Amino acid sequence: MLTPVLSDNWDQINAWQLSSYQRTGGYDALRTALRMQPADVVTAVKDSGLRGRGGAGFPTGMKWSFIPQDNPKPKYLVVNADESEPGTCKDIPLMMASPHTLVEGVIISSYAIRASVAFIYVRGEVLHVIRRLQQAVQEAKDAGFIGTNILGTGYDLDVVVHAGAGAYICGEETALLDSLEGRRGQPRLRPPFPAVAGLYGCPTVINNVESIASVPAIIKNGADWFSSMGTEKSKGMTLYSLSGHVTRPGQYEAPMGITLRQLIDLAGGVRDGHELKFWTPGGSSTPLLTAEHLDVPLDYEGVGSVGSMLGTKALQIFDETTCVVRAVLRWTEFYKHESCGKCTPCREGTWWLVQILERLEHGKGTEEDLVTLLDLCENITGRSFCALADGATAPISSSIQHFKDEYLAHFAEGGCPFDPMASTVFATAGANA
Amino acid sequence: MSTVNDHATSHPVPYSTGDSKITETTIAEMRELAARYPVGRSALLPMLHLVQSVEGRVTPEGIEACADVLGLTGAEVSAVATFYTMYKRRPVGEYHVGVCTNTLCAVMGGDLIFERLKRHLDVGNDETTEDGKITLEHIECNAACDYAPVMTVNWEFFDDMTPESATQLVDDLREGTEVKSPRGATICSWREAERVLAGFPDGRADEGPTGGKASLAGLRLARERNWTAPNGNGGAPAPLDPVPGPRPEDQPGRESQAVHTDDSRKED
Ligand SMILES: Cc1cc2nc3c(=O)[nH]c(=O)nc-3n(C[C@H](O)[C@H](O)[C@H](O)COP(=O)(O)O)c2cc1C
Ligand code: SF4
Ligand code: FES
Repeated sequence: MLTPVLSDNWDQINAWQLSSYQRTGGYDALRTALRMQPADVVTAVKDSGLRGRGGAGFPTGMKWSFIPQDNPKPKYLVVNADESEPGTCKDIPLMMASPHTLVEGVIISSYAIRASVAFIYVRGEVLHVIRRLQQAVQEAKDAGFIGTNILGTGYDLDVVVHAGAGAYICGEETALLDSLEGRRGQPRLRPPFPAVAGLYGCPTVINNVESIASVPAIIKNGADWFSSMGTEKSKGMTLYSLSGHVTRPGQYEAPMGITLRQLIDLAGGVRDGHELKFWTPGGSSTPLLTAEHLDVPLDYEGVGSVGSMLGTKALQIFDETTCVVRAVLRWTEFYKHESCGKCTPCREGTWWLVQILERLEHGKGTEEDLVTLLDLCENITGRSFCALADGATAPISSSIQHFKDEYLAHFAEGGCPFDPMASTVFATAGANA
Repeated sequence: MSTVNDHATSHPVPYSTGDSKITETTIAEMRELAARYPVGRSALLPMLHLVQSVEGRVTPEGIEACADVLGLTGAEVSAVATFYTMYKRRPVGEYHVGVCTNTLCAVMGGDLIFERLKRHLDVGNDETTEDGKITLEHIECNAACDYAPVMTVNWEFFDDMTPESATQLVDDLREGTEVKSPRGATICSWREAERVLAGFPDGRADEGPTGGKASLAGLRLARERNWTAPNGNGGAPAPLDPVPGPRPEDQPGRESQAVHTDDSRKED
């Protein structure tokens, strides 16, 4: 039922240190990869069926094959460790517990695309994770896994750990590149795609932490091993993150295609005496689902078929004590704060959305406001420069679709019918603010 | 970010106060950061973190120093500094205390914790206590939702908080009691933390556990029930070792007992 691979060494003593990582077979995959031709490493990752774990599910090996190897410019690998999508909490614990899994993946992936420098762009608000990454890269340098003539192969690679400074939009890959070049993090026009003209205008691969961290296991155990797990089009194991109103929230590494019913069961059920009301399959930018969707396979196709997206597999669970309007308002405030301001529908639209939702939450809205909200969402989605704006509208339209009555109840009662205390973790402990 | 800056602006932003602590050493460190990148400008974010570690905020002198080192104008550096939430133009206290009020944490109790702390410390959002000890800010999702409600001190995690544990935490900080993050190190000052973010390690990476209870929830269950991933050919030893790295012979140990956080509420 569970298939720990990425998380398999997280209970080892000092798992973050090189010596511990090597005790469990760490860096064996690097030795194997360095004996292969770079193109064969790309093929192995292609054959495994690994799809990007940062949200969009683009096939990783295919992305690597877009790097024009006849281009004389240097090539770069950039790891997206910005993890800021609300609800998403898998890359941070991975890098905290076993930064070498990522570092080994970085070296193998860089070798595959013949990158000379790799960057790990990690959000700035995670001090201890940054310490562990810095130390892991240093240990790998001291061991000769990073540097010149790696393990006598003639391959040279430098790896830089780079801390961001607080901006959700920098997780969008082209905004990330601008940020990494020392600019405001605003998305770039595509084409050209980063594979052709990315960092400093050079061919660049950008991948999520979990995508890159999955590479050593694929090289070590083979593409067939990886694709023996999962479903037809969504292969391998992955980290599902359960948070909110479940008994044991946390990281659950399972084959692609497990269902929320199974995961909640593993997590000890929805918290005692309550029932599931709504959930996100992959962060706040993926349309909300309800108890009706408990048996949907959590793979790219399954979640897509019910009108949402697998996203980052950030399963935020809310029980019947939660006001959906309050939840959606708060997410909308987040998007408003994080809109980079580059394009009008998103910059202005997110302000309007917040204004209307505030009215609704305080019981001062009308049914017409709901129509305006949906209309606004339609005008923002697909008409903005990047996917942040599409994400901003997802919770709004999906919540109106599933919980229109609850919005209406707010005007009927002239205010929010929910007690915010009831949904807290300390509700039963009798604590109050 | 500042394009849509809705932070409290009731206090005037101090401009140069004429007591900049930027020295030749700072400039040398900025150059060292720039040299780590193929193009020096890439070091601007780290350099601004360094400015904060020296100055306690982003000062006009700090901006000029970055501009000089990178051959940019002050306006170009300012435009970057004002884009990112972590860069502060007003002085930050000895400890930056964050309360996550994004939806999941807010619902789980973050809103009530934030309200309680504002009253307890008598400050608003993004304001500093009179003794200069604590700057309180509500923060966005910090990728720790499985530990909700989440707080941070100088960007170290504090998990499964309650209004009581939150007030205790800030009291301890103000009294100078040693405070440890349940998933990190002993709390240093905000400026020291900023120096690490700039790219100058402080040697504390080995403090703290691999993860808390939630990080290990799935793995523990898998161990209990003997669930594993299928066998691969991973068992086969790598054929040859051109330059073997350090490889202790001893067998893996378990650290189950070593990892704990005191969140009894989630006890199975
Ligand atoms: C607003 C926004 C924020 C994003 N944040 C992240 C992030 O924090 N981490 C991440 O890996 N991908 C993020 N992405 C997706 C990236 O743009 C990109 O698709 C991903 O890093 C590619 O890696 P993958 O193919 O390995 O998934 C974000 C996208 C958008 C539009
Ligand atoms: S959609 Fe929003 S975040 Fe994306 S470019 Fe436009 S303003 Fe910036
Ligand atoms: S919502 Fe608070 S850490 Fe994610």
